[in-house]
Amino acid sequence: MKIALFVTCLSDALFPEVGKAVVRLLERLGHEVAFPAEQTCCGQMHVNTGYRREALGLVRHHVETFEPYDAIVAPSGSCVGSVRHQHADVARAGGDGALAARAEAVAARTYELSELLVDVLHVEDVGAYYPHRVTYHPTCHSLRMLHVGDRPLRLLRNVRGMTLLELPGADQCCGFGGTFAVKNADTSTAMLADKMSHVLSTGAEAVSAGDSSCLMHIGGGLSRLRTGTRTVHLAEILASVE
Amino acid sequence: MSTDLGLPRFAPRGVGHLRGERSFPAAARDALADSQLRRNLGHATSTIRAKRAAVVAERADWEELRAAGEAIKAATMARLDEHLERLEAEVTRRGGAVHWARDAEEANAIVTRLVAATGSREVVKVKSMATQEIGLNEALAAAGVDTQETDLAELIVQLGGDLPSHILVPAIHRNRAEIREIFLREMPGVDPALTDEPRRLAMAARSYLRERFLRAEVAISGANFGVAETGSLLVVESEGNGRMCLTLPRTLITVMGIEKVVPSWADLEVFLQLLPRSSTGERMNPYTSVWTGVTPGDGPAEVHLVLLDNGRTATLADDVGRAALHCIKCSACLNVCPVYERTGGHAYGSVYPGPIGAVLSPQLTGVEDNASLPFASSLCGACYEVCPVRIDIPSLLVRLRAQHVEARREASRVPSAEAVAMAAAAWTMADPRRFAAAEKASRLGRVFGRRSGQLTTLPPPLSAWTAGRDAPRPPAETFREWWARERG
Repeated sequence: MKIALFVTCLSDALFPEVGKAVVRLLERLGHEVAFPAEQTCCGQMHVNTGYRREALGLVRHHVETFEPYDAIVAPSGSCVGSVRHQHADVARAGGDGALAARAEAVAARTYELSELLVDVLHVEDVGAYYPHRVTYHPTCHSLRMLHVGDRPLRLLRNVRGMTLLELPGADQCCGFGGTFAVKNADTSTAMLADKMSHVLSTGAEAVSAGDSSCLMHIGGGLSRLRTGTRTVHLAEILASVE
Repeated sequence: MSTDLGLPRFAPRGVGHLRGERSFPAAARDALADSQLRRNLGHATSTIRAKRAAVVAERADWEELRAAGEAIKAATMARLDEHLERLEAEVTRRGGAVHWARDAEEANAIVTRLVAATGSREVVKVKSMATQEIGLNEALAAAGVDTQETDLAELIVQLGGDLPSHILVPAIHRNRAEIREIFLREMPGVDPALTDEPRRLAMAARSYLRERFLRAEVAISGANFGVAETGSLLVVESEGNGRMCLTLPRTLITVMGIEKVVPSWADLEVFLQLLPRSSTGERMNPYTSVWTGVTPGDGPAEVHLVLLDNGRTATLADDVGRAALHCIKCSACLNVCPVYERTGGHAYGSVYPGPIGAVLSPQLTGVEDNASLPFASSLCGACYEVCPVRIDIPSLLVRLRAQHVEARREASRVPSAEAVAMAAAAWTMADPRRFAAAEKASRLGRVFGRRSGQLTTLPPPLSAWTAGRDAPRPPAETFREWWARERG
């Protein structure tokens, strides 16, 4: 199957290893990966901060870039959430009904990584090996916008060599929330403090998630406090082999 | 002279409690530093969350119930005028008097006049959000009337000279040691040997309130529902103190927001299942009181209903935003909100705190009077998941953020720094060449300081990030550069 990678602007610019991991993983499973070089950003930050008008151009650009592909994958629950739940609305609010329909069609073919693996490629054991103690933060948008449920955990339970530790209060937000982390930095940090204390209570070496943005936030806190606990994206674990 | 074109108006300034003195981030900063508050809230919200989850899990048809609640509310709002006129006609036909209040000032004036007409100088009150919203206690105090809150938590708030911080549990920010201190300090005739045992605290409140119930001639309440087809009003509660107020005094005055009307009794079948499970985590609340006009020889001889707008019609005018009016004030969204759990209710500056407050208060006052509230959320979606009438609070928050940005754009020809940054980012990201160039430029930062690891300081506004968190250093090669090199 030919799959277009929507790497997301954040992973492209700051976490390229995540994109490379998705490529390695899908190719190992026997699929062809395309990287439409025209891609930029889904516009989620603009929409969520109130700049719907500015987001319209980004939505149009995203739709045009990914329209030719039958399956699109992104290593981010929140960017897929934006594509699925915001793009058509932004187009409609901008008075472009035709774009809204096209956006809905692209959204219907866009999957978060665990959705693609479990629902489309029908694989739960990707043959990964990762000899570490890891806890998993399920992320708000994956849980409550996409309803991915336990798909990431089903994939992780099949990873050889890995000890998966249950994260207390897993469904609670880490406090990132895009520009919320800056506009309400104190509240955001208070939420992060509780998330970190839960992560540390597991004794894990690393905390994983399906979203670079949440990991950037949790990792930024863990690093600031010199906890020695690191972050690792779900894709990086699943791409690892012996 | 101005001409009133009948356009809906926002809740007026200078009266009531819908606006805070400070922005949310500023108020939250102080609340977050209060370790006692953090402990009290963390304990209380996690207890209620667990209770709610347990009783909701018992119902296999919970999602259908939610959908029914949403549908009934949406249909009711679509013909609100008709239902309200029916309610008025039925209340009147059964011996009650109906008064229409455009805003807090009118409502306060009506109630003050009605109380004055009874000749009584004191009233007992049933816990009510609408009367807190309009600042009725202050208005009555200014007219020389002494109001006594009778809900235990409202009593704690009133005696403590405090404001409610939660819709259901107004004193959620207090623990029992603090409550004991407030009672010892402020409650007339209290036993000086009072302990902080919950039973002893409740007994102290009971003996203090009993005396007030027995001598009160006037009671004031809100209403959870007003049933249009019979003109019946409902109050649901846990303590029975509300029922004392609703049955003992001669005069009963009810202030009800116009969105509280439901067309028929059949609708209550849905809401009386949704509300207690969502709010106190009970299958059924202990007391449900219903009164229909005046029944000679049974309960109050004089019954008034004040129908309150105070920005509700203005909210109704937005075909999407009006969903905030569907709220049945259960407070489930407060209890699951990670922001509310840490800041408490006072930081929101309005009697309606938490996620629902962040979408309701700015619509009642106009978004610019509560501009920081729509941003007081990480959009985690926990509120939407538990809302018994399926209000999509995260989407409403985003919508209000956009309205605020548009209002700012119209108000000033000079764009804000944020607007400039957002426009620049959108321009850059609308083109892959510009985006790749920006990625390269961000890497120039690598020449400063250490060449690997994390960034510990960034310039404003990102300094707010690095105040508490490290930031990733841009990598030597972006993904797209790697792809071009490897596969291009």
